[in-house]
Amino acid sequence: MQWTTLFDIALGAILINNFILAQFLGICPFMGVSKKMDTAVGMGFAVIFVMGLAAALCYPVNLLLDKLELGYMQTVAFILVIAALVQFVEMFLKKAVPTLYQALGVYLPLITTNCAVLGVVLLNVQNDYNFIESVVYGITGGAGFLLAIVLFASIRERLEFADPPKAFRGFPIALVTAGLMALCFMGFQGLRIPW
Amino acid sequence: MNVGKQLKEGLLTQNPVLIQLLGMCSTLAITTTISNGIGMGVSVTIILTLSNIFISLLRKIIPEQVRIACYIVVIAGFVTMVDLLLQAFFPDIAESLGVFIPLIVVNCIILARAESFASKNKPVAAAVDGICQGIGYTLVLLVMSAIRELLGSGALAGNQIFPAEYSASLIAQPVGGFLTLGCLIALMQWAQRKVKGGK
Repeated sequence: MQWTTLFDIALGAILINNFILAQFLGICPFMGVSKKMDTAVGMGFAVIFVMGLAAALCYPVNLLLDKLELGYMQTVAFILVIAALVQFVEMFLKKAVPTLYQALGVYLPLITTNCAVLGVVLLNVQNDYNFIESVVYGITGGAGFLLAIVLFASIRERLEFADPPKAFRGFPIALVTAGLMALCFMGFQGLRIPW
Repeated sequence: MNVGKQLKEGLLTQNPVLIQLLGMCSTLAITTTISNGIGMGVSVTIILTLSNIFISLLRKIIPEQVRIACYIVVIAGFVTMVDLLLQAFFPDIAESLGVFIPLIVVNCIILARAESFASKNKPVAAAVDGICQGIGYTLVLLVMSAIRELLGSGALAGNQIFPAEYSASLIAQPVGGFLTLGCLIALMQWAQRKVKGGK
């Protein structure tokens, strides 16, 4: 296994091609649950967890689809796997780790319709990643989501006290903030691993 | 049933993107050129209308507890069809929209309309609702992609309006997507306040 490739994938998923700020995947929860810091952190960890698992589970599913020559059923199969996975994770956490379940609360079921999860699975197939690369891409993609949503939530908490023009109040100013964050993250595009 | 009212809701008062704030991902990601915007808008409108009709027909059969899963399967089926049709007949558009075509499955607009409208209304009304909301979505995509293509690359639908050297390529980047949409929603809020104040 080449560690440098994995490191390259991780760096790409977290900073250079951040899922939210460069690829626009997972904007809905990013905007929806970033008003408070603690919910943002909870959502971020839930997304890491589900994205890692989804990437791991969909890899064999994709192999199976290829073998049966059902490649065109990809989207349907993947979304079903993700929906079932989220449901099982919810049941498991409720039983085994009730404190974590309480903390994540309503955000778990919402993850089903998070396009970052379906996005990471589809991108894994598109990029021909092997099993380990897929899982690393899933987990680090989630970590990139966590990073972006935590930064954004901390800005947004302060934004509450700001005084923007009336028309910009609420959602528009949040979008402009996200735009400026995307501008900052563009700075990472110069990052390349030299070897 | 009131077609005019539904059309007005889809275009203005209940616009899926500008008022309901749904479907952000695709709106931000693919509005770099007008052809992309139209391709995405038309695809979503078709899928939205078909899934609305289908879910409305099945609304009495689908059990309450598993309805979301059922909706997603119906939507995923139509998305796959549109995906394959685009790849066959419009390979250029399919290429440039890339992963965002299969991602229409998790576009919140479609699920939201299924949940809030199609599951409670007759098929014809649901079809009209799908078309109206789809047109509203397409219109926003069209405006956004026109702004971003013109400012970002100096072109409009592929025709060069002014030399590309004078354009702000930043607007075509992710940053521009956030900023353009933010300004459009601000404009909408301003207009809403004007209308309310005038009454």
